[in-house]
Amino acid sequence: MHAIKTVSLTKYYGQSRGIIDLNLSVDEGDFFGFIGPNGAGKSTTIRTLMGLIAPSSGTAEIFGLDIVKQKQEILPSIGYMPSEASFYRNMRAGEIIRLSASLRHKNCRREAKRLCRRLALDTEKKIGELSLGNRKKVSIVCALQHKPALCVLDEPTSGLDPLIQREFYAILEERNAEGTTIFLSSHVLSEIERYCRHAAVIRQGKLLISDSLENLGHTGTKKVTIRGVDAPPALEHMKDIRKNGDAISFLYNGTPDVLLKALAYLPLTDVDISEPDLEEVFMHYYSEEGKDFT
Amino acid sequence: MILFKHELRQGRNTLLIWSGVIAFMLGICIFIYPEMKDQMGDISGVFADMGGFSAAFGMDQLNFGEFIGFFGVECGNVLGLGGAFFAALLGISALAKEEKEQTAEFLLTHPVTREKVVLHKLCAVLAQIAILNLLAICITAVSILMIKESPEAKTLAWLFLAYFILQIETASICFGISAFISQGGLGIGLGMAALFYFLNIIANLTEQAEFLKYITPFGYTEGADIIAKGSIDVKYLSVGLVLTAVGIAAAFYWYCRKDIV
Repeated sequence: MHAIKTVSLTKYYGQSRGIIDLNLSVDEGDFFGFIGPNGAGKSTTIRTLMGLIAPSSGTAEIFGLDIVKQKQEILPSIGYMPSEASFYRNMRAGEIIRLSASLRHKNCRREAKRLCRRLALDTEKKIGELSLGNRKKVSIVCALQHKPALCVLDEPTSGLDPLIQREFYAILEERNAEGTTIFLSSHVLSEIERYCRHAAVIRQGKLLISDSLENLGHTGTKKVTIRGVDAPPALEHMKDIRKNGDAISFLYNGTPDVLLKALAYLPLTDVDISEPDLEEVFMHYYSEEGKDFT
Repeated sequence: MILFKHELRQGRNTLLIWSGVIAFMLGICIFIYPEMKDQMGDISGVFADMGGFSAAFGMDQLNFGEFIGFFGVECGNVLGLGGAFFAALLGISALAKEEKEQTAEFLLTHPVTREKVVLHKLCAVLAQIAILNLLAICITAVSILMIKESPEAKTLAWLFLAYFILQIETASICFGISAFISQGGLGIGLGMAALFYFLNIIANLTEQAEFLKYITPFGYTEGADIIAKGSIDVKYLSVGLVLTAVGIAAAFYWYCRKDIV
């Protein structure tokens, strides 16, 4: 069964675009990264899945249940972490965590305590006194203390210090090993590369690609670096030409035959042809030309 | 019950301050009555001669020489206007504050239906208004006993009931508006309460504007009318009850459908 499955999910805010015709599926037990530039529609997708906003058209299911009609059956099994960690300012962190548990009619005291200790969260402090990072920790505890089957995390690590980030991902990996599906949106490509098994890229409201991290890395595109010349050969299917000292590098996704023939006539002192790293691949999806990258 | 309690806790300080101030003002007004009483006998005549001005505040029909007459005007201003402001404040912020403070995302992604959220918030608003009024009644009763006046309890009860309904109507209308806005809306709420108050004053001033009494809840809380008739004017009240229902229905209808962005 799919943990998340959207079919032609579309959301317009009046005239302005949210997401268009989004077909996304996340398998149960997956560790899934959702990436895209600001305003691409990541949060719109997540908010629609969480029932905060109603889709304009299309459908979505979580664990086979309709997100609109069966929202109340879905919500108990989700742990959601919004991108803004905002809580009632006059309440203490511990009170928020207890409120969250009691709204779920669950006793999560032991798990909450364990999470707070691991994340080094002072539960006695008032929300108004907490920094963004500490409020994020409260958000993490609220999203995880009831041991949900699906975690939906909207840019979870912004504001967390590197140590806590590492601990946070350690917790997620443990949960994932126990069978929890993790769905997270992020800007930090290295995080996605390191922890996720599958990832989807969204840009301007449309899903560009959704695949395993392995396949995403093997796009058939080569990164070519040459030395000994002032300009790269004039080829089709070239992009991202850069000059770095005496080296010229570019990305190439035409046939190797054409590339090698073109390089053969140049007075090169050095040549390197390799797979671009994943971050470079993602960067291209972010940019305008991303579409024809594959 | 969790949500209801949570709401009451969130509003605790506001409730304490408002009910404290209103009860204190009511007490003060009652305590100054004995001193004013002797001078008041003549003043009633003066007010009666002032025409439009005293009519605006319903003072032309009241006998200030009697405690209930004095109370009808003072109470009308303190509990009526003060209570209306408090009710408007509660109503307008009840739903909108969650979006303004960005806590809606936290609250509404828990397994709680929006209907339940609206219901509990509404109950919390009504409960807070009830607490304020109970406190006002207690303070009034104690103060009256202390100055050794004995006004007719039934008339007093009608007055308090009228103010209570006024506050509920104001709160309900603002509650309805609250579902449609996602920012504070404090100005809208306080503006509504003030508008209602002034509409009644205009209605009192000229007969051509008397229809305004149907619109404003201050129409059926006019101390002078209640004391003269010994009950609340049903024709104004019924419109008020309809507006109350419309406000509440609008809140349920819209909040359960709106996008939380």
